[in-house]
Amino acid sequence: MNSFPILDLRRLTKSYPTGAGSLTVLRDVSFTLAQGATCAILGPSGSGKTTLLGLAAGLDRPTSGSVLLNGIALAEISEDGRARVRNEHVGFVFQNFQLIPTLTALENVTVPMELRGDRSARTLARELLAKVGLSDRADHYPTQLSGGEQQRIALARAFINRPKILFADEPTGNLDSETSQKVIDIMLDLNRTAGTALVLVTHDPEVAGLTERTIRLRSGEMVE
Amino acid sequence: MNLGFVTRMAWRDSRSSRRRLLLFSISISLGVAALVAIGLFRASLAQAIDDQARSLLGADLVVESSRPFTAAQEQMLRSLGQTQAREVRFRTMALFPKGGGTRLVHVRALGGNFPFYGQMETAPASAAQSFRNGGAAVPDESLLLQFQAHAGDPIKIGEETFTVAGALTKMPGEASPAASFAPRVYIPLQNLAQTNLLKPGSLAHYLNFVKFAPGTHVDLEVKKLAPQIEEAGLEYDTVAKRKKDLGEALDNLYRFLNLVGFIALLLGAVGVASAIQAHLQQKVRTAAVLRCLGSAGRTTVAVYLLQAIALGVVGAMAGAALGLTIHQLLPGTLQKYLPFTLPTAIAWPPVFRGMGLGLAVCILFALPPLLRFRRVSPLLTLRAAAEETSATGGRDFAIWFVYLAIGIGLTLFAMAQAEHWSDGLWIAGGLGVAVLILMGVAKLLTFLVRKLLPPSWSFVIRQGLANLHRPNNRTLLLTLSLGLGTFLLLTIYLTRDVLLSQFKSIDAHSQPNIFLFDIQPPQTNAVAALVRQMGLPVIQQAPIVTMHLAEVKGRKSADLLKDPNRRAPEWELEREYRSTYRDTVSETEKITAGKWIGHVAYQPGDTAPISVDQDIAKDLGLTIGSELVFDVQGVPIKCRVASLREVDWKRFQTNFFVVFPTGVLEKAPTFNVLVSRVPTPAVSAQLQNAVVEKFPNVSALDLTSVIQTVDSILTKVALVIRVMSLFIVGTGLIVLGSTIWSGRYQRLKESVLLRTLGASRRQIWEILCAEYLFLGLLASVTGILLAVLASWALAVFAFKLGYTPSLWPIAAAAVIVSALTVGVGLLTSYGVGSTPPLAILRDELD
Repeated sequence: MNSFPILDLRRLTKSYPTGAGSLTVLRDVSFTLAQGATCAILGPSGSGKTTLLGLAAGLDRPTSGSVLLNGIALAEISEDGRARVRNEHVGFVFQNFQLIPTLTALENVTVPMELRGDRSARTLARELLAKVGLSDRADHYPTQLSGGEQQRIALARAFINRPKILFADEPTGNLDSETSQKVIDIMLDLNRTAGTALVLVTHDPEVAGLTERTIRLRSGEMVE
Repeated sequence: MNLGFVTRMAWRDSRSSRRRLLLFSISISLGVAALVAIGLFRASLAQAIDDQARSLLGADLVVESSRPFTAAQEQMLRSLGQTQAREVRFRTMALFPKGGGTRLVHVRALGGNFPFYGQMETAPASAAQSFRNGGAAVPDESLLLQFQAHAGDPIKIGEETFTVAGALTKMPGEASPAASFAPRVYIPLQNLAQTNLLKPGSLAHYLNFVKFAPGTHVDLEVKKLAPQIEEAGLEYDTVAKRKKDLGEALDNLYRFLNLVGFIALLLGAVGVASAIQAHLQQKVRTAAVLRCLGSAGRTTVAVYLLQAIALGVVGAMAGAALGLTIHQLLPGTLQKYLPFTLPTAIAWPPVFRGMGLGLAVCILFALPPLLRFRRVSPLLTLRAAAEETSATGGRDFAIWFVYLAIGIGLTLFAMAQAEHWSDGLWIAGGLGVAVLILMGVAKLLTFLVRKLLPPSWSFVIRQGLANLHRPNNRTLLLTLSLGLGTFLLLTIYLTRDVLLSQFKSIDAHSQPNIFLFDIQPPQTNAVAALVRQMGLPVIQQAPIVTMHLAEVKGRKSADLLKDPNRRAPEWELEREYRSTYRDTVSETEKITAGKWIGHVAYQPGDTAPISVDQDIAKDLGLTIGSELVFDVQGVPIKCRVASLREVDWKRFQTNFFVVFPTGVLEKAPTFNVLVSRVPTPAVSAQLQNAVVEKFPNVSALDLTSVIQTVDSILTKVALVIRVMSLFIVGTGLIVLGSTIWSGRYQRLKESVLLRTLGASRRQIWEILCAEYLFLGLLASVTGILLAVLASWALAVFAFKLGYTPSLWPIAAAAVIVSALTVGVGLLTSYGVGSTPPLAILRDELD
């Protein structure tokens, strides 16, 4: 196993210019996450959780500070470079699932592999669909699936490229408690079996309690 | 970039929107169809001209003169070649004794075995030869149809009665004269004298056809013979000259039509661009997810570029298929008006050129929205409110580069279509101005709707009209395409209307409406007496002397014609001037400079003081005192410009470019013209019959037949332009349909919300109706404004006529365009009012 952390955030600050001057939504946030570790980012609405996740995953650039993902400084590479890093090392699960509506469940799962030009993805995708219990839904379109099913498809998609780290943004926010539990179980199981580090954004302390570490945010600052 | 992924993704992603994408693709189809059909038509014509070049003239060389050939000329003509034929052409009245009908005809007295190339086609076929034996005539088919005459019937020309041998259907080198004042009648040359029609001074044209020995290099031979023909004072025509003239005329027509086709294609391309933009708007989230999953910006763009290319290919193919179909139908409709047979074989280069142009324009116009797509932010997956494009990089130079390429491409195309590059720039500029005016008017009207919409109006109407200025509206694009189509169609219609109404108004104001001409000097008084005897007025009588312009201010006309820097148009130097002499200024003219001189005591060798029309004087660079030499049927007469006149050419009277004082031309070969007014067509026929009976050499021209001829010419020209404009309006309607279809998703959401809030289906439909009705009105009013402006400018500046457009075509244009817009709008909105709200809420409103 590599000795450097999978995620290393140093003094991250994010501000937006507004009509009334600059608005800082995240201030001086620093933490590291070891390979294979799990952590939750907990905080009320508007505390900067999603902003932090976006910066950590390379979906946005910080106003100041740096992000090292698997040892790569994200600020120093282009947007296309960051896209490559995401494709090779990162998996995502979103609150609103973000499946591509025009693709079937199976096709949605294979997209990250196909982007790399790997056409063997279909076998692996079917295995992952079996793992999340949706083998029989492979040819359904997102609109033909329930919320829980869509989120499990999204999970299969997130794991198909065997990511080193999985970012989950309120993955259970749109699900009932029973389905939520199922989704959380799958994520933790994949973390254990594949050694994928997990960063979970949530406002539910109970869900946060299932991870090894909790980072609390309030008004854009870490209060841990 | 992973091409395999791009292709698969483009294919899969299109699944839910293929039908809609196909509809978009048709936007460019009509433009491509127009270009392909026009290109094929031109290729067929060029092919026909090449294949049938010799039959364009029917001979290798034609030598012509407006006077009988002199002995010296005859000698020169004999030296030109072994095989020759002769023709004398002149206009006169023909009488069908059986039914009693008379009409002005163009007699062609033919001697020899002309045409040497191609066939004179007649029904029955034997007539083409048999009439040459003497005593028989071959009139145009249309003339026989008009008087219900058949082979075997008599036809009287001058003092001779011929037997109709058959009907003329085609003569090499000549189109059907359906639109000319006088149908043709072929008679044998040996019977010409018996008609007793040609007197000294009569208007006639003498032609000598020559066929060289087989194997002669025609161009070299003509080059060798040209100096002696010119020296003998004769003009000549060759296949090469005829081919060049025809080619130039066709090229001008082709360029104009191609430009119209191109406008249709451009509008279609703008439609495609807006459709792509609407399509991409729905794909922003997909792009953001792809970016999240590691797709590079260019990969995302490539996916949708591939879809756009596929769209262009399908649209171009559909257009080419339609163009080919039109091409197959064209020869059948146009054959009659062409001087040769059109081949129906397909030339593929114009097909591929049209498709290539369609595809290129489609891709070029789709690029700006596509390029913006490479900056879609992956952050959109986390936040719905995130900015759609990431802020990196500031200005996007790639998009500006594409805009520049579009501008340069359009200008280059216009320049390639025009005869001179500067004309191309004018066309591109003019098009730009028309588009800007349309955009300006559309913007202004939309602005007024937004600002002035009375709050007291019903919710339904306010909601419908508000759709026109809401974000993502397509008001501008639709106003542009429908407005441009309306503008072109209506301009053509109004201009034709103005021209025709001018003639009709003349007829309505108890002004002259019949001309009797070719009256020989001794007949003048007798013809006038006959007219008065029938109770008709003699409004004007004038002697006419034909002459050619030999010298202008010391320079020979022939030299001026060769001067590339001359200002005067060719026809002014070459034409046969029909001048008169009198001692007073007529009521249709006004002296604008110099002094009118009514009479001179002229001696041969003197300089005659003449009065010249001010417009032609300007072209020829003449001022008071300028000297000219006229060749009056072989006699040179020196002249000096004594006065300039403004002539009201619109009046149906005898007007002249050049008027001599009395005392100069009295001894020259002259014929007279008499102008009168007949109250009814029946009286006109009576007068014509009486005149032909007593004075067979006198011809009559009735204003009614002029109106009919002008109408039929304008109708044909208008038809071509109207068909082309239909391509533009058709494209406008398709763009309208596809644009509404592309905004359907947004409409569905809106109407579902409205219905959730309690709106009835009827209200939803009323909102849509109000929107499309206003859109149609906006487009048609803009088009109408431009058309009225353009036709006014044409009438006042080009035709110098008063402008009083009739109102009903304007009203009809507004009603038709609006009705079509509402119809197409409602058709493509089908389902918007009736989709159950739950379906949308479940699918889209997550």
